[in-house]
Amino acid sequence: MKFTLSWLQDYLATKASLEDIMAVMLKAGLEVEAVEDPAAKLADFTIAHVKAAEQHPDADRLRVCTVDTVDGEKQIVCGAPNARAGMTAIYAPLGAYIPGLDFALDKKPRKLRGVESQGMLCSTKELEAGEDHDGIADLEGDWAVGTPAAEALGLTDPVIDFEVTPNRPDWLGVYGIARDLAAAGGGRFLENPLRKVEGSYDCPVEIRLEAPEACPVFAGALVRGVKNGPSPDWLQQRLTAIGITPKSLLVDITNYISQDRARPLHAYDAARLKGAITARLGRPGEKLDAIDGKTYDLGEEMCVIADDSGVIGLGGVMGGQSTAVTDETTDVFIESAWFDPLRTARTGRATGIISDARYRFERGVDPESCVDGLNFALALIKEYGGGEISSARIAGAPPVRGTRVAFDRRDVARLTGLEVKPAELKKMLKELGFGIEDAGEAWYLAVPSWRFDIEQSADIVEEVARLVGYDALPTQSLPAPEGGRKVVVTGAQARQRAARRVMASRGFLEAVTWSFMPKTQAEMFGGGSDALTVANPVASELNQMRPSILPNLAIAAQRGFDRGEREMRVFEAGPVYLGDGPKDQRNVVAAIVRPVAERHWSGASAPYDAMAAKADLFALLTELDQPPARFQIEAPRQPHWHPGQSACLKLGPKVTIAHFGALHPRVLKQLDVDGPVYGFELNLSALPQMKARATKTRPVLQRSDLTPIRRDFAFIVDEGVAAAEIIRLASGAEKKLITGVQVFDVYQGTGIEPGRKSIAIEVTIQPEGETLKDKDIDAIADRVVKSVTSGTGGELRG
Amino acid sequence: MSDTEAIETEALGAIAGAEDLAALDAVRVAELGKKGRISGLMKTLGKMSPEERQEMGPKLNGLRNRVQEAVEARKAELEEAELDKRLQTERIDMTLPPRVTPEGKLHPVMQVFEEIAAIFGDMGFAVAEGPDIEDDWHNFTALNFPEGHPAREVHDTFFFHPQEGAAPKVLRTHTSPVQVRVMEAQKPPIRIIVPGRVYRNDWDATHTPMFHQVEGLVIEKNIHMGHLKGCLIDFVREFFEVDNVEARFRPHFFPFTEPSAEMDVKYTKKGESIEIGAGDSWMEILGSGMVHPNVLENCGIDPNEYQGFAFGMGVDRLAMLKYGMPDLRPYFEADAGWTRHYGFRPWLSPSVSGGLS
Repeated sequence: MKFTLSWLQDYLATKASLEDIMAVMLKAGLEVEAVEDPAAKLADFTIAHVKAAEQHPDADRLRVCTVDTVDGEKQIVCGAPNARAGMTAIYAPLGAYIPGLDFALDKKPRKLRGVESQGMLCSTKELEAGEDHDGIADLEGDWAVGTPAAEALGLTDPVIDFEVTPNRPDWLGVYGIARDLAAAGGGRFLENPLRKVEGSYDCPVEIRLEAPEACPVFAGALVRGVKNGPSPDWLQQRLTAIGITPKSLLVDITNYISQDRARPLHAYDAARLKGAITARLGRPGEKLDAIDGKTYDLGEEMCVIADDSGVIGLGGVMGGQSTAVTDETTDVFIESAWFDPLRTARTGRATGIISDARYRFERGVDPESCVDGLNFALALIKEYGGGEISSARIAGAPPVRGTRVAFDRRDVARLTGLEVKPAELKKMLKELGFGIEDAGEAWYLAVPSWRFDIEQSADIVEEVARLVGYDALPTQSLPAPEGGRKVVVTGAQARQRAARRVMASRGFLEAVTWSFMPKTQAEMFGGGSDALTVANPVASELNQMRPSILPNLAIAAQRGFDRGEREMRVFEAGPVYLGDGPKDQRNVVAAIVRPVAERHWSGASAPYDAMAAKADLFALLTELDQPPARFQIEAPRQPHWHPGQSACLKLGPKVTIAHFGALHPRVLKQLDVDGPVYGFELNLSALPQMKARATKTRPVLQRSDLTPIRRDFAFIVDEGVAAAEIIRLASGAEKKLITGVQVFDVYQGTGIEPGRKSIAIEVTIQPEGETLKDKDIDAIADRVVKSVTSGTGGELRG
Repeated sequence: MSDTEAIETEALGAIAGAEDLAALDAVRVAELGKKGRISGLMKTLGKMSPEERQEMGPKLNGLRNRVQEAVEARKAELEEAELDKRLQTERIDMTLPPRVTPEGKLHPVMQVFEEIAAIFGDMGFAVAEGPDIEDDWHNFTALNFPEGHPAREVHDTFFFHPQEGAAPKVLRTHTSPVQVRVMEAQKPPIRIIVPGRVYRNDWDATHTPMFHQVEGLVIEKNIHMGHLKGCLIDFVREFFEVDNVEARFRPHFFPFTEPSAEMDVKYTKKGESIEIGAGDSWMEILGSGMVHPNVLENCGIDPNEYQGFAFGMGVDRLAMLKYGMPDLRPYFEADAGWTRHYGFRPWLSPSVSGGLS
């Protein structure tokens, strides 16, 4: 919402400076977004008198002027053809910034073709204050030397732009702004009850209300014999200043009252009206050719204005082309009605029309303002356009709203910590337009008709707090929490924090990527259900909630590579979505590596591969106090993994906690990512909760004094036999004493028949209590061999 | 000069003259080996008369011991020299680059979440969480957004396709629905903060369709707006880690608070970066207010018994302000160069007592 300072002063008597007014606006909650003070921009420029203008000795086009300025007599070389002795000009001193040229004059005098110039004479264009083409500004009027140029150019009225919050539609009129600023201490409100204009004949246009729920009140009047030309200068200047292009007297007056009183009106060319005007709901198939030149399909929920020719306007939103006023209009019918906010908002959304009327009606126009607004318009039309005014016709009545609120004065201190004296409270509330019925502690307040945001005591407290100013409220630190301090991070949160640190410490960069992705990608990664499709995505490729973070990371790694990164290791700890219910969100850690071989003087190191991804996942699980051995490793269950180089980790038959290994080459191709890409995705939410220990004391360290014994075995088995199976069988051969089984060789090739492989393990036997004799160790070794060979169908390698 | 003295002189001379360990060992064997000269003399003791033995015993023992010691001493010398010589040949160029271990970094937004949690944790706030996909009740209605009201429209909400008989689900437009979830589930006193992802359908130089907020909620019996001010001023002082943060509160409108306030901090612009705690421009950093009685009632809390305040802040922008990232867009691009530059080392864990950053 924009207004000018002088416009505000129509209704606010104040000696406050612009800065002070802005401070009061801020205090009262009118958040100033911009102030354009044309005078401030032109502060350097003043009126000067040209005493003499001689031809430059060495340049045909230059003149050497002797100028009487605020800084004394100056010699200024000027290129303007219109420079002449006796003219009143605008002087820029040395060093001044010229806004229209976007440069500053040198601070020291410059010589132009050998003649010193001690300043500049400016055009209004150079001041961004006009479009004179004849050369420098040649001002009319008797301006004294030193007068600010802004004053001489009539550019002294600052334009203030501020944010109107949705709860305060009364701020959409300058009048309402003045009332609020007066109550906040910015001056005295100049209440300006609108004059009643007497009509000289009955309004011949009949008004019918067929949908009172949509339009409960409609006032109108006719003016005959109007001269609809340009509106007066002051009106054009005000509209122009706030960015509204003047059109014609009748249109400008309705726009003006909309900005001045937050009261939208509509002007119809009465000669083009056919029969009575009806406010009703739209009918199937109806259309409106609106004044914006577009045609709109109307719905049965919309409030339309119609006459015998059909629909001629969308109530509270936009008028129609067929009855719009033109320069030739002589008879005008003015509509001043009230339209239901929610219905107007729905109509606005459905049609996409953005208009000042819609903006005001959907936030709430003062329903008591129909007649006043109409009279204001009639008075202005009569004054500037002449004509004969009819009496006002009023159909329906303003909606009655709950206008009485109980206010407990103690709520002010209870909610804000601020003590305000009753007399002060009364003064403030009265200035805001509240009626006060004082019943001791409880007051009953009559809420003014222009306020839609006051329903209860707390709403009054806000009025008081903002008028007093939040600076005046006490400032107190929070008291220590009741019952002492507790651990404020849950186990799951602590786990996510730890996971992130582990991944970063292992060389991974943390990413935060969109929660949505293209539906086609989501489908590749096991998602894509319609329930998780965003109906109005910001971009068509961000239309599906992600079932996995992996595609985002793989694409990021490829993008990094294309930009010149080498191997990228990247992870993200964040949500994935299995459904749209509140419990369908999972917190996962996903990590990927797109390996790039690095050369090194000591020889290349082993490239990152599926086993490296497994190592990272297992290191992470270990750090999270989740011993990897408690999980089973099985074939992958998600389609986006390489079928032979990936696996899932399971906890029991049902819970899958992670997948790891190589991503499926076909999926990578569809993502436009050059493979191979390795990684894992761990569902943190599925990890078993670590039980809180009853005591912080650790159990006593149990350790044998006896040296462990290590024995090597090699088995030849079918190549399909999993190493984990051999480890499990070897460990199970003597559960108590075998404390470790390590695979140290896997071999296929010469000496081993095709389809078979050799796996060599080192078994650690930890004696307990007493030393093991050779025959005891041999017995354990025999059990290991028997367990593995019978369990796998393999044989001990000779 | 007796025999033994001559032998000693000769042996010690040979030991001193041994140039390497092999030569020294040859001397040792020649004198002290099984068939060595001194060993041979020692063997003659057995055949001597007691008187002779009395005299020669100590002499020969002394001889043997001194020669043995000399061998040991020379051996140590030669080993030392040999090690020095060997080490001279074992040089490597220590200026060669070692193998590079990749450097990981944490994302600034996630770090700032933890900084904020550390500060509020110190004031007794617990961290609460809620779903990103919300229903209309939690995101809007319970928070006193009237249906169809323009206040909903400013949120640029992402919707899912409507299901039969229910308002469409939405991507939460703020972290405030978690206030509702917590109040529905838990009785006061309540002190929580809610970090999380939020979504609005807006994408330009200063907006991204997904961003991060931290919500705060305090519901107790005697909490008023002065506490709101104090708590948030305490927060910004600690967060920006500068002594002289200047803040102000202004009235604003949020449907779920009454009275409502926005908080600004003073800043100045130095080149591309912003300095908090200096200058004379104001920048809005968060919205706040006393929890609206309607919201308390919607959550089953009696507004005549309990009251409190709520606040919400944009974390991406707080991170920009504190750490000087000039642009919001690279936040979500997983850009390696950006993350390495603006990211945090893995073991930098923010705490109030140990320092946030």
